[in-house]
Amino acid sequence: MAKGIMYIDGQRVPFDGEPNVLSVIRKAGIEMPTFCYYSDLSVYGACRMCVVEDERGKIETSCSMQPRDGLKIRTNTARLLKHRRMILELMLASHNCSCTTCEKSGDCHLQELAMRFGVRKVRFGDSREETTMDDSSPAIVRDPSKCILCGDCVRVCGEGIGMNIIDFVNRGYNMRVAPAFERTLSETHCISCGQCSAVCPTGAITVYNEIGRAWRAIHNPNKRVVVQIAPAVRVAIGEAFGLPAGQNALDQLVTALKLMGVDEVYDTTFGADFTTIEEGTEFLQRLERGGPFPMFTSCCPAWVKYLEHENPKYLKHISTCKSPMQMFAAILRDRYAEKDREDGRTTFHIAIMPCTAKKMEAARPEFVRDGRRDVDLVLTTQEVVNMIKESGIQLPQIELESPELPFGLGSGAGVIYGTTGGVAEAVVRFCLPDKSKNVLRELKYSPLRGNKAIRVAVIKVGDRDVHMAIVHGLANAQKLLKEIEAGNAYFDLVEVMTCQGGCVGGAGQPHGMKQDKADRAEGLYNLDRMAPFKRAERNPVVSTFLQNLDAEKRHELLHVDYVKE
Amino acid sequence: MSNGISMERVEEIIDGYGCQVHHLIAIMQDIQAEYKYLSPAVLERIAQKLGIGVAKVYSVATFYENFSLEAKGKYIIKVCDGTACHVRKSQPIYNAIREYLELEGKQKTSADGLFTLETVACLGACGLAPVVTVNDQVHSKMSPELAIDLLESLRKEDAANA
Amino acid sequence: MPEMNRERLEVRRVKAKRALSYQKRQILLCAGTGCIAGGALKLYDYFQEECARRGLDVYVGLTQENETEDVTEPKGDGVYLKRSGCHGFCEMGPLVQIEPEGILYTHVQLEDCDEIIEKTILKGEVVERLLYELDGVRYTKHSDIPFYHRQHRIVLENCGTIDAEDIDEYLAKDGYVAFEKALFEMTDETICKEILDSGLRGRGGGGFPAGRKWDSVRKQPKGKKYVVCNGDEGDPGAFMDRSIMEGNPHSIIEGMLIAALGAGSDEGYIYVRAEYPLAVARLKTAIAKAEEMNLLGDHILGTDFSFHLNVNRGAGAFVCGEGSALTASIEGNRGMPRVKPPRTVEQGLWARPTVLNNVETFSAVPLIIRKGSAWFKSIGTESSPGTKAFALTGNVVNTGLIEVPMGATLREIIFDIGGGIKDGKKFKAVQIGGPSGGCLTEEHLDMPLDFDSLKKLGAMIGSGGLVVMDEDTCMVEVARFFMNFTQNESCGKCVPCREGTRRMLEILTRIVNNEGSLEDLDLLEELSATISETALCGLGQSACKPVQSTLKYFRDEYLAHVVDKHCPHCNGRKKVLQIDPELCKGCGKCMKQCPMEAITGQIRMPHVIDTEKCIKCGACWGCCPFGAIREE
Repeated sequence: MAKGIMYIDGQRVPFDGEPNVLSVIRKAGIEMPTFCYYSDLSVYGACRMCVVEDERGKIETSCSMQPRDGLKIRTNTARLLKHRRMILELMLASHNCSCTTCEKSGDCHLQELAMRFGVRKVRFGDSREETTMDDSSPAIVRDPSKCILCGDCVRVCGEGIGMNIIDFVNRGYNMRVAPAFERTLSETHCISCGQCSAVCPTGAITVYNEIGRAWRAIHNPNKRVVVQIAPAVRVAIGEAFGLPAGQNALDQLVTALKLMGVDEVYDTTFGADFTTIEEGTEFLQRLERGGPFPMFTSCCPAWVKYLEHENPKYLKHISTCKSPMQMFAAILRDRYAEKDREDGRTTFHIAIMPCTAKKMEAARPEFVRDGRRDVDLVLTTQEVVNMIKESGIQLPQIELESPELPFGLGSGAGVIYGTTGGVAEAVVRFCLPDKSKNVLRELKYSPLRGNKAIRVAVIKVGDRDVHMAIVHGLANAQKLLKEIEAGNAYFDLVEVMTCQGGCVGGAGQPHGMKQDKADRAEGLYNLDRMAPFKRAERNPVVSTFLQNLDAEKRHELLHVDYVKE
Repeated sequence: MSNGISMERVEEIIDGYGCQVHHLIAIMQDIQAEYKYLSPAVLERIAQKLGIGVAKVYSVATFYENFSLEAKGKYIIKVCDGTACHVRKSQPIYNAIREYLELEGKQKTSADGLFTLETVACLGACGLAPVVTVNDQVHSKMSPELAIDLLESLRKEDAANA
Repeated sequence: MPEMNRERLEVRRVKAKRALSYQKRQILLCAGTGCIAGGALKLYDYFQEECARRGLDVYVGLTQENETEDVTEPKGDGVYLKRSGCHGFCEMGPLVQIEPEGILYTHVQLEDCDEIIEKTILKGEVVERLLYELDGVRYTKHSDIPFYHRQHRIVLENCGTIDAEDIDEYLAKDGYVAFEKALFEMTDETICKEILDSGLRGRGGGGFPAGRKWDSVRKQPKGKKYVVCNGDEGDPGAFMDRSIMEGNPHSIIEGMLIAALGAGSDEGYIYVRAEYPLAVARLKTAIAKAEEMNLLGDHILGTDFSFHLNVNRGAGAFVCGEGSALTASIEGNRGMPRVKPPRTVEQGLWARPTVLNNVETFSAVPLIIRKGSAWFKSIGTESSPGTKAFALTGNVVNTGLIEVPMGATLREIIFDIGGGIKDGKKFKAVQIGGPSGGCLTEEHLDMPLDFDSLKKLGAMIGSGGLVVMDEDTCMVEVARFFMNFTQNESCGKCVPCREGTRRMLEILTRIVNNEGSLEDLDLLEELSATISETALCGLGQSACKPVQSTLKYFRDEYLAHVVDKHCPHCNGRKKVLQIDPELCKGCGKCMKQCPMEAITGQIRMPHVIDTEKCIKCGACWGCCPFGAIREE
């Protein structure tokens, strides 16, 4: 990696291993505008906004420029500003500028840069063919009229997630981003991970907005609105209100929800503790029975969907456990049936999730019982942010209130579900016979934690070496499957999270870069450290509950069979 | 079978290229050479055999001008609109053929399914401009009248064969 | 066949040379795309049948089936029949050349064949009426015709004389001698040095020194390296590379082999435009022959050197002429250029070091190696040695393929070789380098053409298309035509090119239709600046050149469209002229002005234009005092 000094607008800036000049410029405190640059994805170089001028007056994009010792560049010459304004004007000319009513308004990168560069007039008319909106997916909405063809979604869907559901279609002025045959998303194998919407700089791909349904339920006196909050939400929601990434805002969130009119607020970590115990038990049973291995985790609905569509032969490998959200919901529904009968209200269950795929999961037929969904509505972190803002609540300034008992209690193991490696670690904590603190410390420094795409660990359970793999980013999981298939690797337990970083990097979270995701994960580990108990089986509510559950009911509430006939 | 396309033959072509992704373009060219177009089922099959997303196959197919995703007429008429042909008035020829075939809007194939009209970037036969090809056979120094005569004779020929 | 080695190849070459020397009476049929379209293959068949019917021994090809037997001189009157590559004189096709006299017959039709056999083949007489005629002079010999006489054909030399499908003919013309020299007598370093010394610059557009490119690849760490030949000649009006691929495919293979030796590669690709099926077929035949003779494949001529060559067909995307788009296309992807660095020599095809040159460049390589860099440098100019092939088209008397030394002037090309402007009209401009080039005018006629002189003017040689325009051409319409082309061919990746060219086209269309404003001209210049300075690839960066150069040299024509709302040149493309009956006072002025008597009407009654007769000259428009003439 190159090291040296370069000159940016006359300022000496040292560089050390930065992949391109753009990163060095940003390091120097200059916010270089880009649309198509994401450090996690390949360099695309299409928006041409990050152009810089060298000494000889040559103009080049900084995203594709190598830092060189002694390199002198300028970032804001008259020519560059003129070009950036022209590029923005050209983009706006082909953009559906119905900004005030746009889902992305206020958060739109195009809007922001147009404002920043003072583009006040568009001298060209839009002559593109009319497009139609695609709201067929349960998770995301595509509005091609707002697409600026930066290709971020195409690359994240292909490179990051490995699904390649959307791609460029046609070329030149007729180029679009669309699924094959310009089908709607529901006609494709889209797994609803929503990462395309997370990287979209404009309103071309947005999360399916269900705020209206939430408000209607909250304002309906006949409905008892009961909320569960996923682990990853608490360490990210504060970012929208100026708190640093990773800071726990769960208690503020509970207060805010109550202020908005929600009846009861609980914690999904409660459900996660059930999952840990059930999944751990299942794994120990598989160890006894000899398979099938590898056992895959089942918490990530996008991952499950992927196997269903693209690799059904592995469905029998997937744990039969429902996800924490669905376990929680099933128990809640079961417990509240009587309550509903008594006071004549219906329980309306909302799950606040970092994830768009959870919207898809909640609608799966397996989770509809007696004609009712266990989870009535899934809201993403960002949707809840919008609701809080709509209510005028200043999140950092309000009182703290904990989630209520009994369903508000969870272990430290349940909290770390929100980051990559968390589920595996929770299960290992359960499976290991040694319950000492030492074990926890050892696990902390094992490959179960970290940010590498594929992490491998061997952990002794009893006298057996358990081979584990932790993988995040679905494309990496596909690579791992190929390795397994080719016989190059063997694993007993594999944790898969579709999104980079696990749930903290979910598409329902406020927009964040790699570092934000790492900070959120750190926040979760801190919460684990402060938790009164670290193991799922130590959760008194959960263990009492399980003791009073017969096997049949236990299976009905907590397990699901994804294998199709 | 779908629209006269034999999936066995399609697979044979793909296998002929060893199911290698970098032969995607050649595979589509060969299939189109036989069936004149690529149906959705064909693209799906290619994606499946090559182990890539169908969106990628569709993306590549729509990038290159030569791939047709719609069924074509028996005779494919291409009017060259390269510089030399353009300067020697190829546009009126195109217009005359359009009118003769009663093509409207984006329609490229005549209602009887006999002719498909396209323009083509320079064929490199500039010395013979303006040039029209029928199923890749070059007809040189055309005029609107000659072009219509040509189409009429093809139509007669087809009727005689039928 | 026994394993081929250097000695056996030499034996075969000597035999081929001897066989060639026995061929006295030859009928050479031009079988380039142009002449085939004119019916050349039918002529070929007819000559073959008819000569045989008349009891002549007809020989096709040099190939000696029996390896061990020596070549013997045929007894009696033999006629050798050959299909050659493009002669370049496409305007006059189908062409038939008769050797040894070197007589060239033009526009030969089936019914002329008997006379040719009767008179020329059997009696040695000349069929006068089939000769090329210029300014009252009939030219018997091919080499005397001004079109050829003034050219300097090096790369194209063999294109019109040898049978492209016969490897022995290529061998007989010292084919693969350069490769042998490189393989047995040179090192990778000396090969690269020789090419560097020759000053050979890439003929595909930019003019980057080929030797430096090869040397960069050579210096890359060991491992898989590729040699790629760009045969995606997409400029409308250019067909030099097609002619070489069709007429002398072995010269490309030999050039690529030498490049592979120099750069240390063992695999190559030739990417051919989809519109050139004949070129693909001839290249494939040539590759198969070369493989058969162990000039391609593993352990070539018994050495450790291996080289495998593949042909890829393009699928209709001009942008694939750009290096990174071309490699993307070979990899089976959308042909979208990528950002550089890394450069192609570092990470080209499959992210491996890659030598990428075009057809004409590669086919010059064997000549340089065989005759030496000093010889090559003696041709052309100091900074641009060698020759350049141009495709001469448009409003010029002789259209066709030509080759001249670098530094030749436009005047020599257009007036001496091209025979001047068609129909005695005046020269106005020439578009050089296709849609990525600019136009040159009267004032540039005596400027020597080479890479650097053109670069200074903001034009470029590009792949070498020369489209000549006469005084009647509307330059705004020309700019619009090229912008339409580029806009259609934009890959759509980067914003300036995708959106910008579209807007430019809209504005130009507006101006051509006399609906533009002066602000539009400013906007064109603003857009040109942004597109040319910020577009991702060469296609985008040069997309505005036609507009920029026409704005510079022919601003008055833009003003005619924008201010006067009437262009004296582009009548043909104007919409229908009509008289608004509301405004027409029936003064009769237009009736008098109309050269076609297309306007009728009674005095003080609204007049009517007969659109059938109207040639849209605009005379009526100019004289109407009431503004009643409208374009509909």
